[in-house]
Amino acid sequence: MQSKRKGAVIFSEIEEYAGIKQAVKMGRTEVLSEVRGSGLRGRGGAGFPAGIKWNLVAAAQSKKKFVVCNADEGEPGTFKDRILLSEYAKLMFEGMIIAAFATGADKGFLYLRGEYKSFMPLLNKVLEGMRKEETLGKDILGKKGFYFDIEIRLGSGAYICGEETGLIESLEGNRGEPRNRPPFPVNTGYNGFPTIVNNVETFVNIPHIIKKGAEWFKSFGTEKSSGTKLVSVSGDCKMPGVYEVEYGITIKELLKIAGAKEVKAVSAGASGECVPASQFNRKICFEDFSTGGSVIVFGKNRNMMDVAENFLQFFKEESCGQCTPCREGIPVLFEGLSLIKKGECPKEYLDDLLSLSETMQLASKCGLGQSAPKPFVSIINNFKNEYKLSKVTKKEKVFNG
Amino acid sequence: MAKQCAVGKVEKGVFVCDEARSGLIPELQGIHDRKGCISDNDMQALADKFGIHPVEVYSVATFYSFLTPRKKGKHVIRISECISNIMAGSRKIEKEFEKALGIKSGETTKDNRITLERTACIGMCDKAPAAMIDNELVGSITAKKVKEIIKKLK
Repeated sequence: MQSKRKGAVIFSEIEEYAGIKQAVKMGRTEVLSEVRGSGLRGRGGAGFPAGIKWNLVAAAQSKKKFVVCNADEGEPGTFKDRILLSEYAKLMFEGMIIAAFATGADKGFLYLRGEYKSFMPLLNKVLEGMRKEETLGKDILGKKGFYFDIEIRLGSGAYICGEETGLIESLEGNRGEPRNRPPFPVNTGYNGFPTIVNNVETFVNIPHIIKKGAEWFKSFGTEKSSGTKLVSVSGDCKMPGVYEVEYGITIKELLKIAGAKEVKAVSAGASGECVPASQFNRKICFEDFSTGGSVIVFGKNRNMMDVAENFLQFFKEESCGQCTPCREGIPVLFEGLSLIKKGECPKEYLDDLLSLSETMQLASKCGLGQSAPKPFVSIINNFKNEYKLSKVTKKEKVFNG
Repeated sequence: MAKQCAVGKVEKGVFVCDEARSGLIPELQGIHDRKGCISDNDMQALADKFGIHPVEVYSVATFYSFLTPRKKGKHVIRISECISNIMAGSRKIEKEFEKALGIKSGETTKDNRITLERTACIGMCDKAPAAMIDNELVGSITAKKVKEIIKKLK
């Protein structure tokens, strides 16, 4: 099962079950403080400290608690979870078991995106094996009263279910429409019970942290982004694929690793920033160039307006339609962009579009609507020479009211 | 406590979620796997089983793009639509499929054998152009491979 990949943290060597064994030896409180001390932040993109999440769930008084692994990887240009699910599933489940041990949860879900349905037999086999080896089920590793089991649930092709409250709605059997937050899932998650929702990559980090220590983990990365990141590099490069890089690596260095030459721009996926070559000295980390895993490389001949259009088209289809700024805002940006492409957009109207983008970022209910304008704004700001604004100053002339 | 799930009842002043409801989507997926769509009758049957209105079943079923009340072909080819795939030539591959099948994207062949669609990123950008053929992820598709794929889908 263990793959031959090599890396500093996630792809580093670790013995099977070393993490759980160590966790059981350490006890709940110490596991919690270790995860908190490691500064591990959620790898799905939002970067919320996992330790805080875990502590909140552990502290909650409830007869039931849940651990959910978010494998609804849907961000365009991201495929790191695909690699983890197919090569490191056991380590990921181990991370979930440690979370259950630390917080007192007795049931876990793996929410697997529908696109990865073909991994189900493999994942079920891994779970079955773990039940036989008594790392799932009753009295895990001989620890009396430590019960935990994991069920796999499939998504059905909805990007929005990668948002944690949308995911929980979907698990409960509803439309995957995100909830208002607060209350957060750590208080009222699945069926109203305290729930941890973490990304696949976050869970894969856990056994390493528990076995090798928070200090070791913190020796990688930057001050505010400890550890390493799996980036999925795709687009115009010689060697697309998943790379484990330390937080703090510059875009330029990463491009070199992936064999990309004559690069015009790099995007952190549809909900991330898109930056031109002049900014390739920026660092990949939460405090600078933040990515949930997607790094799309655009060569010198690519049209950035087409890129923005593709991203907006994606959001137009994936918006759940629940809240107004997102549902109504995205089509307006999309139409605005086609005007810009045709050179028919007056300066005043572009200003309106940028102001609408700001409204969407502030007023949308969930991350989808808040991030949807991001690529639009960054492409408009960073690639001014790729479009021409219309000289017409009165927008009435263009829009006929 | 704020009401946090759609179905449930109030017990001693506290809203308790109906946990059985959680099984609705797996049931829908099961029906879809067997029949290729979710008919009105199926929705009514599920509504009776879960004690909810059929419209609610409809609202859940139609939210998810892989569940559909409309019958599709026996096999569904979904071409990844993300920018990495487009840059790698997925539109050209789409045309190859269209030519070979004699349909446009979004349509089903007359013998109801194959439906051709576009879908959001399927997480195969390192092997673009890629497509999801029924449940399998297929990468590095070339014009030659298109014909092989179609041949296999009997």
